Amino acid sequence: MPEAIQHRFDPYSSNGGSILAIAGKDFAVVAGDTRQSEGYSIQSRYQKKVFPLTSKAILAVNGFAADGNNFVKRVKQRLEWYTHAHNKEMPIKSIARLIQTMLYARRMFPYYVYNVLAGIEEDDGTGAVYSFDPVGSYERETCRAAGAAQSLLQPFLDNQIYFRNHTPAPGQPPFDPSTHPLSTVLSILVDSFSSATERHIEVGDFLEGYVILSPGRTSDDLIGEGVKGVLPEGMTVEEQDPEDLDVQSAVAGKGCRVFLVRKELKRD
Amino acid sequence: MSVKDPITGGSGIGFDFSNHARNQHLGARMGGLPKATSTGTTIVGVKFGGGDSGVEEGVCLGADTRATGGPIVADKNCEKIHYIADHIRCCGAGTAADTEFVTNLISSNIELHALSTGRKPQVVTAMTMLKQYLFQYQGHVGAYLVIGGVDNTGSHLFTVAAHGSTDKLPYVTMGSGSMAAMAVFESSFKEHMTRQEAIDLVARAIRSGVFNDLGSGSNVDVCIIKKDKTEMLRNYEMPNERGEKTRQYKFRRGTTAWTKEDVRSLVVSETTTPVAAPLAAEAMDIS
Amino acid sequence: MGSPMEMNGGSVIAMTGKDCVAIASDLRLGQQAVGLSADFEKVFPINNQLYVGLPGFATDTYTLREHLRFRVNMYRMKEEREITPKTFAHLLSSTLYEKRFGPYFIEPVIAGIPAPSAIDPDPKPFICNMDTIGCITTPKDFVVAGTATDKLYGVAEGLWEPDLEPEDLFETISQTLLAAVDRDCISGWGAVVHVITKDKIITRHLKGRMD
Repeated sequence: MPEAIQHRFDPYSSNGGSILAIAGKDFAVVAGDTRQSEGYSIQSRYQKKVFPLTSKAILAVNGFAADGNNFVKRVKQRLEWYTHAHNKEMPIKSIARLIQTMLYARRMFPYYVYNVLAGIEEDDGTGAVYSFDPVGSYERETCRAAGAAQSLLQPFLDNQIYFRNHTPAPGQPPFDPSTHPLSTVLSILVDSFSSATERHIEVGDFLEGYVILSPGRTSDDLIGEGVKGVLPEGMTVEEQDPEDLDVQSAVAGKGCRVFLVRKELKRD
Repeated sequence: MSVKDPITGGSGIGFDFSNHARNQHLGARMGGLPKATSTGTTIVGVKFGGGDSGVEEGVCLGADTRATGGPIVADKNCEKIHYIADHIRCCGAGTAADTEFVTNLISSNIELHALSTGRKPQVVTAMTMLKQYLFQYQGHVGAYLVIGGVDNTGSHLFTVAAHGSTDKLPYVTMGSGSMAAMAVFESSFKEHMTRQEAIDLVARAIRSGVFNDLGSGSNVDVCIIKKDKTEMLRNYEMPNERGEKTRQYKFRRGTTAWTKEDVRSLVVSETTTPVAAPLAAEAMDIS
Repeated sequence: MGSPMEMNGGSVIAMTGKDCVAIASDLRLGQQAVGLSADFEKVFPINNQLYVGLPGFATDTYTLREHLRFRVNMYRMKEEREITPKTFAHLLSSTLYEKRFGPYFIEPVIAGIPAPSAIDPDPKPFICNMDTIGCITTPKDFVVAGTATDKLYGVAEGLWEPDLEPEDLFETISQTLLAAVDRDCISGWGAVVHVITKDKIITRHLKGRMD
């Protein structure tokens, strides 16, 4: 007996991987692994999902890669228009609101993407992390993990960044998440990704991300002689020339410095 | 005879379906069973030696060591090369519990068979027992196997799929990494290899699965079976050791707040109070 | 009705340390999102130095616990000795696999220290876990089960270190469990930790979020 042929439009897929961002007092770190997969196959071992938008705002996208790439492209276009209209970079809090409206505009046919935006706040120079759901609900936080291994990463950050359930030693003040030094944050970043790589099959290959330093902040704890034994072993740090950042460098706000950080992860 | 065992509540032998109606009522589909279904795996086998090569014939089996439950790694270093008999081994893919229990069962039955016939069991016998058992369960026992060994009729290599179908080939692969591994075999297999050539090829096939298939990972296990010697090379290669963590994560004692404590000592303590020794005892005349 | 595995909620974890093991669970019992009890223990003693955690479908937690109590008592009377952790693991594994086509919705976790014997005078601490149909995994570091499995794996992989002393192991397993269950809607509502050493068992109820 002939079966009825069913037609179904299924335009979404999930491409694995994870992203993570942590805000400090005068810096922000945002990173993701570079593996892109579908089912049990690796599509790419090195596909970026963390993109600089301005000289002080960086966007990480995770979920459906095609949607993610297109979304970043359109955010960048909106930021370019803004620059042409106002002859300045859009502040990160405004980018966050822009992303919300762009995501909610597609409420009935969403971008299947989890966004995490990190950078330096324009008014007070503090590190900022904004996290979004696929339809634009957002919040500013100290740290956020998203993607396939979110459930592995986030509780670890709750423990190590927010010090949840930690009793301070007698006579000590309560823990303050905003006081983490950059080297500690980078260590926690590397260890959370190596843990996620151990236990999640879709996470691996490379860890790549950016460190954004607030204007005037020293970079002595990130590059130079003094960082041996302070930075995680095997991690490379390159300062980004604003010219190469593919941002609106002509009007780049002076002061913020952006560094590309990279580390190998396991490949199995 | 099938008497209900009052101890186990089951029929004593085989599966017990007493929860089946309840679970059906709960709407739990059999396919919806969670965890440790080691669906992802790379297992392989090759025959080597024999012919006019002058190399003693044998079989080389290989497996990765990752067990998965969905996208989560349930075991980083599990053993997928199972013992059937001294000269017969079996790699398992598919539902982890099924491969474990089905190989154990057949291993027992092969031993009984050897005892009752007084002969060294043949590889085809093990393969036939496996396929007949699996066919009986119509694929519901989800074991996908590569079985290899050497008996008095020569070296043998088979695959057995969950529905009971079998293959007999000089080189075989199974599991989610079978394509990655077979690509290696199809490009590099040659007949009458030496022992070391076979090991190298098998390890390369497994590595291909480990690195290119997300369902496979961690280490490479190899097993070489020859007429009078079987070598199980557990963790023959370990290309995926986790490096040192960048920080120490030991907590200060007293970090976790608790409300109630109960300490149960297992040491039976006994205090002996010496009764004052009579002075006379010291002076006792023992002459 | 949803899967029986997520009906009542709850999680268990076990870790090895230096000559010690620890096993811990949350205390919640719920019906879907509704919490019913904050003193539902999921970890039970089998003998002096052997504990089993039975997270999953609550009715099966009790059914299995009673079944195991019976089987272990029978073993003790017939063999005139205590069951070893490894033997107990295989007893439980076979019990689960017997119901392969109508399983108990339980993912057991076992932790114990085997008693010294003539064959093995200095036994290593033992931990293992199983899936619902009895497939055993025996890693050297930690095992987890229950509705916060993913979270527990993530945190434990980050926090666990080898050769922790009993008091340090208590901190590590407690922090791991609390971090994980605080991110799981249907685990939490208190927690209990057992640290098993050669000469004593320390049981502590943790102070944690009750939401």
